[in-house]
Amino acid sequence: MLTQQEKELIAQIWEKMIPVAPEIGSESLLRMMTTFPGTKTYFSHLDISPGSPQMLSHGKKIILAIAECSKDISSMMDTLAPLQTLHAYKLKIDPCNFKLLSHCLIVTLAAHMGDAFDPIVHAAMDKFLSAFAAVLAEKYR
Amino acid sequence: MVEWTDFERETIKSIFGKLDYDDVGLAALCRCLVVYPWTQRYFGNFGKLYNADAINANPMVAAHGKVVLNGLDKAVKNLDNIKGTYTELSVLHSEKLRVDPDNFRLLADCLTIVVAARMGADFTAEVQAAFQKFLAVVVSSLCRQYH
Repeated sequence: MLTQQEKELIAQIWEKMIPVAPEIGSESLLRMMTTFPGTKTYFSHLDISPGSPQMLSHGKKIILAIAECSKDISSMMDTLAPLQTLHAYKLKIDPCNFKLLSHCLIVTLAAHMGDAFDPIVHAAMDKFLSAFAAVLAEKYR
Repeated sequence: MVEWTDFERETIKSIFGKLDYDDVGLAALCRCLVVYPWTQRYFGNFGKLYNADAINANPMVAAHGKVVLNGLDKAVKNLDNIKGTYTELSVLHSEKLRVDPDNFRLLADCLTIVVAARMGADFTAEVQAAFQKFLAVVVSSLCRQYH
């Protein structure tokens, strides 16, 4: 359950990430694939070497989707409808992997924000990303 | 037995060698209690835990954070036998403290994020992977005596 204050905090942070979406996104993906090698199995069609154009482009897509949702969290179901369909019927990514990427997104934010990523910000972000992942998995079954 | 590469050994020892256990212990435990409030169930006798400021100022949280980091230090010094090193701690957590083992993973994640915030860009993907592998072995060893 996100408070109004938390929603504003989340929207502010993701707004700042938009200009650096490729870097933040690709760093999070790299962290995920390095720490949790099983996740690489979903990317055999891409060049996943660090900093590759495909990693930057894919990372950018993910961050922009998250940033879009963060602008109006109560409308997440509507905003994510096309991505729900994509993940459920085409990509079929096991939803347990969403929390691995969420964790690595949080690690990336912490590494970039330092002390500013305090426990309150962390809690808000963790709640938001958990909700995002749950909505993304809604159409699976 | 866990196989460690030279990079992993050096990374783990280097990270822990630079950590202030008092500071990081408090930061990690405080973060866990704030981000995952259900973990507070194990600290009923700690007194004031009603918000992030109270948790951060609580001397019992600070003291316990230090205990946890010193416990991890034992594993850093015994990388080739973490399982054996933690047998008694595992029994303690399962039979006396009765901690749901999922909480170990939550605290490990919070510690990872505290270290990431402290190290910034130096906490590369490879360093993160080594650090998380270490914590996964620690968590697994703590779970071993749960029956």
